[in-house]
Amino acid sequence: MMATPRRIQSPKTARPSIGLMIFAIAYLVFLYLPVLFLPVFSLNDSAFIKFPLEGFTTRWYDEALSDQNMIAALMNSLKVGAISAVSATFLGLLAAKAVTRYRMRGAGTAMGVIMLPLFIPEIVLGISMVLLFDAVDLPLSLVTVTIGHIMLTVPFAMAVLIARMDGFDKSLEEASLDLGESAWMTFWRVTFPLVLPGIVSSLLLTFIVSFDEFLIAFFLGGTDMTLPVYIWSQLRFPAKLPSVLAMGALILVASCVLVVLAEWLRRRGVSDEAKKGAIGI
Amino acid sequence: MSKSSPATQDGYLRIEHVTKRFMGVTAVENANISIARGEFFSLLGPSGCGKTTLLRMIAGFEFPTEGAIYMDGQDMSAVPANKRPSNMVFQSYAIFPHLNVHDNIAYGLRRLRLSRREVNRRVEEALAMIHLPGLGKRRADQLSGGQRQRIALARALVNRPKVLLLDEPLGALDKKLRESMQLELRELQRSVGITFVFVTHDQEEALSMSDRIAVMFKGKVLQVASPRALYEAPNCREVADFIGSINFFEATVRGQEGGDVILEAAGLGTVRANLPAEHGFISPGARVIAAIRPEKILLLADGNGQPGQSAVGVIGAHAYLGDRDHLQVALSGRKEPVAVAAQQIERALTARFDSGQKVTLGWDKAAMLVLPG
Amino acid sequence: MATSAISQSASQSAGTGARGGLRAWFLRSENARGYALMGPTLVIMFIALAAPLILLLLYSFWTQEGYTVNTTLTFDRYFDIFVNDTSENRLFWTLFQRSVSISGVVTLVTVLLAYPIAYYVAFHVKKYKFLWLILLTIPFWTSYLLRVFAWKIILGYQGVINSGLQSLGIIDAPLEFLLYNPTSIVITLAHAWAAFAILPIYVSLEKIDRTLLEAAADLGDGPWRRFWRITFPLSMPGVISAAVLIFVPTTGDYVTPELVGGTQGKMLANLIQIQFGKSNDWPLGAALALSGLAFVGLIVVFTVAAFRAAVSRVR
Repeated sequence: MMATPRRIQSPKTARPSIGLMIFAIAYLVFLYLPVLFLPVFSLNDSAFIKFPLEGFTTRWYDEALSDQNMIAALMNSLKVGAISAVSATFLGLLAAKAVTRYRMRGAGTAMGVIMLPLFIPEIVLGISMVLLFDAVDLPLSLVTVTIGHIMLTVPFAMAVLIARMDGFDKSLEEASLDLGESAWMTFWRVTFPLVLPGIVSSLLLTFIVSFDEFLIAFFLGGTDMTLPVYIWSQLRFPAKLPSVLAMGALILVASCVLVVLAEWLRRRGVSDEAKKGAIGI
Repeated sequence: MSKSSPATQDGYLRIEHVTKRFMGVTAVENANISIARGEFFSLLGPSGCGKTTLLRMIAGFEFPTEGAIYMDGQDMSAVPANKRPSNMVFQSYAIFPHLNVHDNIAYGLRRLRLSRREVNRRVEEALAMIHLPGLGKRRADQLSGGQRQRIALARALVNRPKVLLLDEPLGALDKKLRESMQLELRELQRSVGITFVFVTHDQEEALSMSDRIAVMFKGKVLQVASPRALYEAPNCREVADFIGSINFFEATVRGQEGGDVILEAAGLGTVRANLPAEHGFISPGARVIAAIRPEKILLLADGNGQPGQSAVGVIGAHAYLGDRDHLQVALSGRKEPVAVAAQQIERALTARFDSGQKVTLGWDKAAMLVLPG
Repeated sequence: MATSAISQSASQSAGTGARGGLRAWFLRSENARGYALMGPTLVIMFIALAAPLILLLLYSFWTQEGYTVNTTLTFDRYFDIFVNDTSENRLFWTLFQRSVSISGVVTLVTVLLAYPIAYYVAFHVKKYKFLWLILLTIPFWTSYLLRVFAWKIILGYQGVINSGLQSLGIIDAPLEFLLYNPTSIVITLAHAWAAFAILPIYVSLEKIDRTLLEAAADLGDGPWRRFWRITFPLSMPGVISAAVLIFVPTTGDYVTPELVGGTQGKMLANLIQIQFGKSNDWPLGAALALSGLAFVGLIVVFTVAAFRAAVSRVR
């Protein structure tokens, strides 16, 4: 891929690329500008979300961080996110290893089932799980939200980890077995260190998906609220908006940091392998 | 076939009736091979013939669908790869990218709980053996292809395996390095005395290095024999074709005369050949294949041909290769021309060749092979 | 020593019987090993995905009676939705049509806007590819709820646009048509789902072997023809998966119509949610959800097939 020549544009096509670049930059503005209003107004010294801006303040952040209900919701989200991320990454790792290392009958179907949540509207996932938990008399709570989030995030973990597992030579694990290590020790001495960037990336991404998820938490939470559900409940009260914006801005910044970290790990890992492959063969 | 091999009785590594099917595709079909202790044994065949699958079954990465593999008399059917007395050199070398050279070579030693000193001693010994002393601290991504290959070898041998498995270990090296590694490997095998099972698709490599070779084709083991026997007495068309170059003639058995068989071959007329060692397929009227290698055909002065061991043709294409000439000789009654490799020594006698020139071809009856049709 | 050797050989001979046989079978069966490894994941997916969907199907054949559910199987819910002249029937079709047309427009707009970006990054960006990809990916992972809410702030009666224009003296009274209509939903969704379109299209464009374009140029095609005859057809898998990944979930979107749709912008998901909230008619909600899903599925299958056929005409 890297070796294929890229420079095929004749001088004539250079101009459209400038047009494309302007369009691309305009698109980035369209992508980011609306979201940037959240931090802007969260720092605005006015109870109303409107222009003109009144002046700089951090009091909405103080208000948000002293709102006990919001902090409780934040804690709930952190708990659900952490458990979901660890569970989904663990389950995704098992499935990714199975799919990439064994010739299995029906592997395609099994993969399809695991990836299905990406293709079903969340409302359908949410209500169907409400029916199930009602049928088995499991009261709606953070536990049910966590189960829902694990199901929702396993596909993301799978996608990241399969790419990572495919990225390194299968015979490395065979070499370890061949040199006398058990399957378990092979996992710890070879597979785990090599998949580690993928695991971290998967943990971060699944955490973010769970942490930001609203609809399933809304249906499955019962009286327990995650942060998005709490924010949703506060959107009706104009007086609460500035502090909601403050919390929203914090979430956005935190998500951005985690995403950049996760993506950096994921891509760095992949390109490392590609480089090694190029040298080795 | 394995019955005729002398190693059957004391075979250290025995492959008995092994068949492997992947989701309906038969990769290896009823393979029977017996390999002696200390033998340099090659599995030779084109890509996709099942040789690598067979090697992977010996290593324990795949398990036979039918049949069994025995090492030192013990059935390996329920023994996973990490419990087998064999080690492997992978085609990709599989050098652990997160470990340095020392830790790569010491990988299999950890399990033995040796002292750090003993581990260091063995690793240094192994590095010296592969002529890379002092390379232990080098990172895996700083190694050349040849170094990787040697380290993969050292990593396997340091565990003192009973059997060393090599999956096309020289395939990724350039020609010059490959040739020197062939010699080195052979030397190494003699000095350590370990049984080597070597997979390759390169017939010259197999011929030059091996004690014995199993030729595989489409999942079947066609012949197990010494390099010389494979070349001089192939037992079927596929083996004869895969190893060296050869001319085939459709032929019909006319009868037997003493130790000879008399054939009627397209383009050659009546042909006399030695009876092959296994000749169950020869009976009057049977369709067989007569085959002769280009370098076994001699160019005779006109009219010197013996009946049954000569033919007259016309030279077509001609290539001069310095030490020999390659000729395409057209025979009447046969579409394909016959390939003849004339050595310089006889070329001097017959002066020069020209397209359109009439020549007489002759051969020893022992050089004419008779193969099942 | 002697006794341990004996017991060892005894256990070995026992091992070659049942246990060794089982072990050998497990070793030689990749299916068994693979599914053993994948088992926990499949179990979770069965519990949290397959079982609920099966239950959803069952519910759609049941009947709500006060606070209990009558589990006699019946097609009444579907008759109410598709055949009988009921409010469910009218509502379903109105909302279904609205959901599908809004999602259709959103899909079209998003893909059309995303394609040039993906093309730009895949073919023209050389040095900062990674930076561009990160920039385009971040919104994909950030809170959906907050991204939608941002548009409410922008388009609202007292929102960014209105208050901005007012403070600049361009308008006197807030523009009311900005929020609470299908257009505001389209804008919001096209923004919220942008990354879903860019990434698959980018991946399919990036995969195209650049020598194919050189070959086309060598055979006499100019830049536009090269694009139309090589790049575009080869990027189809990305375009199709982008379209499906946007269309299906947006038909079932709940947050956006609720926040920026107003009464004229309610979609199917809002009607389904009501059955699980105020109306408390779970069987009807289940039947509505499955009907919507089935029709959306049919639309996707036919549209993708038609699209593929059209693209395959490009020679």
